[in-house]
Amino acid sequence: MPAIEILQLEKTYSVGHLRKSKRVALKPFLLTVEEGEVFGYLGPNGAGKTTTLKLLMGLIAPTGGSARILGRDWRDPEMKRDIGFLPEQPYFYDYLTAEELLAYYAQLSGVAAGDIPQRIARVLDRVGMTANARVQLRKFSKGMLQRIGVAQAIIHDPKLVFLDEPMSGLDPMGRLEVRDLIQSLKDEGKTVFFSTHILSDAETLCDRVAVLNQGELRAVGVVADLTAEVGGKVEVVWQGAKAKPAIEALGGECHTTANLVRAVLAEKQLDPAIDAIRRAQERLISVTPVRATLEDYFLQKLGGGSKVIAGEVKA
Amino acid sequence: MSARIRHIAFNTFREAVRDRVLYNLVFFAVLMAGASILLGQISIDIERQVVVNLGLSAVSLFGVVIAIFIGIGLVAKEIERRTLYTVLARPVRRWEFIVGKFLGLVGTLVVNTFFMALGVFAALLYVARHFERGDLSVAVALYFIVLEFVVITALALLFSSFSSPLLSAVLTFALFIVGTFAEDLRGFAAMTHGAVRGIVTVMAYLMPNFAALNVISQSAHQQPIAGSLILYNTVYAVLYAGAALAGAVLIFERRNLK
Repeated sequence: MPAIEILQLEKTYSVGHLRKSKRVALKPFLLTVEEGEVFGYLGPNGAGKTTTLKLLMGLIAPTGGSARILGRDWRDPEMKRDIGFLPEQPYFYDYLTAEELLAYYAQLSGVAAGDIPQRIARVLDRVGMTANARVQLRKFSKGMLQRIGVAQAIIHDPKLVFLDEPMSGLDPMGRLEVRDLIQSLKDEGKTVFFSTHILSDAETLCDRVAVLNQGELRAVGVVADLTAEVGGKVEVVWQGAKAKPAIEALGGECHTTANLVRAVLAEKQLDPAIDAIRRAQERLISVTPVRATLEDYFLQKLGGGSKVIAGEVKA
Repeated sequence: MSARIRHIAFNTFREAVRDRVLYNLVFFAVLMAGASILLGQISIDIERQVVVNLGLSAVSLFGVVIAIFIGIGLVAKEIERRTLYTVLARPVRRWEFIVGKFLGLVGTLVVNTFFMALGVFAALLYVARHFERGDLSVAVALYFIVLEFVVITALALLFSSFSSPLLSAVLTFALFIVGTFAEDLRGFAAMTHGAVRGIVTVMAYLMPNFAALNVISQSAHQQPIAGSLILYNTVYAVLYAGAALAGAVLIFERRNLK
């Protein structure tokens, strides 16, 4: 059974007062996330990531389409016993202590009263907040609130966790801890669906990712498959500066250190570049293929506009 | 009542307490103590009437201000601060949230009124030296004041489900004022003629009747309050607040959270 099935969910807003016009926040698409997957939902700011999560949580109503979560209708309140949700830049009841907040959420999720204290102790330990259990949230820093946000999303031991920008506001140490936490949720067999625009996090954690841009699903797949499409770059290092203008003319970005020049250029420009170095009678030091990152994928595929990448969307 | 409604109501009560809403009791205590001591010295034979009038009016005023200003923020604040997201992502129905918030504030007002009532009775005992059977009407007047709070809280919730906090406050306060003169309004409606009469009468009866809930003057004069009025007012307040709450739920169920 898939954990999430997005079935042509669509959201359009009316904007303006007198002259109403439509603004499309999310265009219809099909997307399936399997149980046990860590699924990254990627896209630049304003791509429609948060809109999708709000639709799935029932916080906003779709203009069209539907979804199924854990095999049930996405609007079924009882299904929500088995899901956890961390909103983007969360804000919690700041008059409560961390312990009280988690107890409240556990109660609302239907956790048995007798189990609540030990659940709280366990999740606070998991997010490294045990020492702050009895501190009011109004005294918390942004990073601490984010940790409590993660804690409230898992307090009821859900099968599926939705995290909207979970690394936002965290320092490098905090990000590492959240990464470890997502990994440990996966190890426990839980499904994690998280949105992010920090691509290195997605590369490290995700089994698969979906790429969204301007409300449109642009690609779904394994990170390595997506980045392979934009690979084909090589790094060339040589000694001497005479070949530099020729290499730059081939589109290479040259950086000079002492008497070595380093250039990264498209793979198809490798032969002309080597020829240029030979002609200049300079010494070639190395040629290294450059592994593409998701960032390269974003820059190349999404940077130029909104052309649909045909055949990449798995229906 | 579902456990979820109970938890939401308790959290609303806890928020009000921690936001120091009950601090108004200190002002009330000072007011009652000052008034009793002062009245004991300047008024002859009417101390009791003045204490009851002043005390019950203050209970009503303090409560109405709390009901309006906290009532309008009950849902609006949760949407504004997005605390609602993590609540509605749980098996909480939207109507449960509205009812829970409503009961939480009504509970706060009941506790507040209880302590104020103790103050009123203490002042009464101070000036009259003993209680009489006629003082029971003070308890009934206090009960009616609580019913008034129930209706105002429901109205504040209704208005805040579709308008800004400021507009909600203005609308609720306007209805409170109009409702205070509900009997006069109904009288004016009866004086009109033709097609206008029907429309005006319906509108007059749609306004909340706070005049019927105000028996402060009778209780100050130790006049007994009819059991039928207690029953009528109870049913009226429950139905009116229920209708306002149902309206709030209907609007909130369809609302997109930004």
